[in-house]
Amino acid sequence: MLNLVANNSTVTEHEAVPDRITSGPRGAKPRRTLSRRNIVVYGTLIVVALYYLLPLYVMIMTSLKGMPEIRVGNIFAPPVEITFEPWVKAWAQACTGLNCDGLSRGFWNSVRITVPSTIISIAVASINGYALANWRFKGADLFFTILIVGAFIPYQVMIYPIVIVLREMGVYGTLTGLIIVHTIFGMPILTLLFRNYFAGLPEELFKAARVDGAGFWTIYFKIMLPMSLPIFVVAMILQVTGIWNDFLFGVVFTRPEYYPMTVQLNNIVNSVQGVKEYNVNMAATLLTGLVPLTIYFISGRLFVRGIAAGAVKG
Amino acid sequence: MTSVSVRDLSLNFGAITVLDRLNLDINHGEFLVLLGSSGCGKSTLLNCIAGLLDVSEGQIFIKDRNVTWEEPKDRGIGMVFQSYALYPQMSVEKNLSFGLRVAKVPQAEIDKRVARAAEILQIQPLLKRKPAELSGGQRQRVAIGRALVRDVDVFLFDEPLSNLDAKLRSELRVEIKRLHQSLKNTMIYVTHDQIEALTLADRIAVMKSGVIQQLADPMTIYNAPENLFVAGFIGSPSMNFFRGEVAAKDGRSVVQVDGVAFDVTAYPARAKLQPGQKVVLGFRPEHVKVDETGAGDAAHQAVVDIEEPMGADNLLWLTFAGQSMSVRIAGQRRYKPGSAVRLSFDMGVASIFDAASENRL
Amino acid sequence: MTGQTRGSARPNQWLRNLNAKIASIPMILTAVVIFLGGTAWTVLYSFTNSKLLPRLSFVGLDQYERLWAAPRWLVSIENLAIYGLLSLIFSLVIGFVLAALMDQKIRFENTFRTIMLYPFALSFIVTGLVWQWLLNPQYGIQSIVRSLGWTSFNFDPLYNSDIVIYGILIAALWQGTGLVMCLMLAGLRGIDEDIWKAARVDGIPMWKTYVLVIIPMMRGVFITTLVIIASGIVKVYDLVVAQTSGGPGIASEVPAKYVYDYMFQAQNLGQGFAASTMMLVTVAIIIVPWAYLEFGGGRKRA
Repeated sequence: MLNLVANNSTVTEHEAVPDRITSGPRGAKPRRTLSRRNIVVYGTLIVVALYYLLPLYVMIMTSLKGMPEIRVGNIFAPPVEITFEPWVKAWAQACTGLNCDGLSRGFWNSVRITVPSTIISIAVASINGYALANWRFKGADLFFTILIVGAFIPYQVMIYPIVIVLREMGVYGTLTGLIIVHTIFGMPILTLLFRNYFAGLPEELFKAARVDGAGFWTIYFKIMLPMSLPIFVVAMILQVTGIWNDFLFGVVFTRPEYYPMTVQLNNIVNSVQGVKEYNVNMAATLLTGLVPLTIYFISGRLFVRGIAAGAVKG
Repeated sequence: MTSVSVRDLSLNFGAITVLDRLNLDINHGEFLVLLGSSGCGKSTLLNCIAGLLDVSEGQIFIKDRNVTWEEPKDRGIGMVFQSYALYPQMSVEKNLSFGLRVAKVPQAEIDKRVARAAEILQIQPLLKRKPAELSGGQRQRVAIGRALVRDVDVFLFDEPLSNLDAKLRSELRVEIKRLHQSLKNTMIYVTHDQIEALTLADRIAVMKSGVIQQLADPMTIYNAPENLFVAGFIGSPSMNFFRGEVAAKDGRSVVQVDGVAFDVTAYPARAKLQPGQKVVLGFRPEHVKVDETGAGDAAHQAVVDIEEPMGADNLLWLTFAGQSMSVRIAGQRRYKPGSAVRLSFDMGVASIFDAASENRL
Repeated sequence: MTGQTRGSARPNQWLRNLNAKIASIPMILTAVVIFLGGTAWTVLYSFTNSKLLPRLSFVGLDQYERLWAAPRWLVSIENLAIYGLLSLIFSLVIGFVLAALMDQKIRFENTFRTIMLYPFALSFIVTGLVWQWLLNPQYGIQSIVRSLGWTSFNFDPLYNSDIVIYGILIAALWQGTGLVMCLMLAGLRGIDEDIWKAARVDGIPMWKTYVLVIIPMMRGVFITTLVIIASGIVKVYDLVVAQTSGGPGIASEVPAKYVYDYMFQAQNLGQGFAASTMMLVTVAIIIVPWAYLEFGGGRKRA
């Protein structure tokens, strides 16, 4: 039986030989660009991409129309007559309750909140992370574990005690208080980020610096900082977008005159008084989203790294 | 005169004992190699001497000064690391001078020392470059230079050549030896590479599980290993071991191994071998003669399994006394697998260990 | 040589590593005072009848009884359950499918990723307001579809208390699936190329390789993503405030909003504390098994 099969195959082999040389597939396998697989893959992705882009498109279109056009037309149609009036109004005249000085105040408040909060939270967390990675002392890991577990506790649980602490310190309702709050809640994720980064640097570098006689701060400023620019950029992206987009802390910890942009935006759009001006609302919404969007489109890959780390914040 | 002295040093990480009451005296100007496989505690010991790890018990003296609780910078040591550990953002010159600048040494003195180190290591053309622009060999030279500018008596090397390729490694090995001969500093050198240990060291400390197994000059370590571990660890391929039992026969001392009787009368035993004693007999591959039996040598029959020609010499794998063994012969002498050969053993350079205690007899 | 120490004194245990300890003070304060202390404080005061100001007069489980009797809280919990379950399922499924599509060595991958992820850069407030506009029955999607001829088309989730939570879900998925896709894609990229080669040589169809080989291999990524989504769900607040303010009526209330309203508007601190403690319990139910699997009993399997 076995023999027979073997014989057979040799025979076919012989006959096939001349054929194989002259004809049959040869060279690169032909590829069709419009294969079924490609249609499915690209088709789905394009539909999905359109779905993701749709709200942005509608926002822009609406913000460039006048109210009469909005009332008669459909939201997907591009404006017949482009007007920047809603943008001007959103920035300088839109009303929240009694104030009618537009989003500009919220914008500058957000800037005044975001800049110091970002700098202070990163400074504190990077030093924490460095101490945890390189100068481990007894109990450090315990505090760090509490910090990380604490990142999962809903903010609502800790808000009121913080109100009391800030009130005792005399900074409740001020920008300083809000900056402290952002520093506190940014700490778990940033400390984790920096600790992991510093721990990933070669330990021998740290040892070499110690043999060279450098101490805690010298090593931090002269050796670690210059090596860690990328992670500082990641942390910055993370914090600027996170703090800019914050709503809850802004509402809880500041007085109305210090409300950040998000809070003011919500108050403008969802205020019950007067006629709804959808074009102004969308212009205001776009204005508020502009800062994080700009950072996102400029930073690209670093942003992805930042949120992948920041996602742990939950 | 002792340069570095370690007294009853212990180190525990929680319940794990890494070093256990270790004692070590290193003479001034000596080149001492700490040799062992990974996890044996050799790097830990070096880090303790450097002050980068806090010890649990015991003392460390450098130049007769107790430095057990001192900071690394105050111990009078320089250290060279496996990964070079050059500060990536600083030029070679800044790398060399960093420690001196931290210590606020006057600029003129810094320049003088950097220039001297650069001259000794021949890295003057590289001074303005960043570490990323250097080859592995150049980086390690800079790393050595960083220890050199500190003007210290004790140099610590933590596997400095392990990241380099084979050719560079042997070049830098020679260079380190030359450096030691001209500087005459004390050097403590950690490695897992026995060739580095044998070629560089004045004395080698072979370590296992945090304990020094043997501390001696390279030739003693190689020829008269103190115990079975050292015998097996040093040498490649490793020593051939035969388990057997001592017997007396016609007034001569023999070791019976699986039907083969080795005449060990000529072995320079420390204490007389007792009949009935269980022992392990060890022969290095190059200490076995093949087909060149002289007068008075007892010859044994064996069969060649595999031949590994290596150019300068030729390694034969044989079946003998019921197990596999390797023999090193001259490169031009070739044997086909299956050939029968006659072996004879030189007891003068053999090793015999007690089977129970594994110590040399 | 003597055993005496010369030149250096045994450093005091507390002063050792002093700089590191000083540098860690903010972390220690945050961990101990705010996270531990604050949580304990809130839990403790949830057993009191604090109204406008926190007072230590204990009333046992009164606040919890009142909480679970309040229709608004029950609606909040029901909404959270529906929203949570659906957003978990949809984020994971959509996120994974998108990641698998992105992993087909496609062109313009960066463009697609940029488009899918940009909503994540926007705040919940912006997201909520955009979708409020899109779902506006008078001008939004409903009116468009009707103007195309399907006049009986009805899609007004934000004004219909039965389906309002789905309107919020749509906005949340738009904002968050890009992130899930990114995490999943990172997980897929972490899988050894040789696995794919082996499956191809063995002739296993692609979808089967995904289901039988790849997904089980991505267990860690799935669990991490799950925890991230889940702990975000419990905190959902801004989105609801912006999109519906909890309406119509109380139809889209969520626990986080309940807490805020009782603490800062209704001046009924005890209720707020009890509700926030319930949120803490919910998170613990999610986190503790995960932490146990990741760091405790799960070790044996690794």
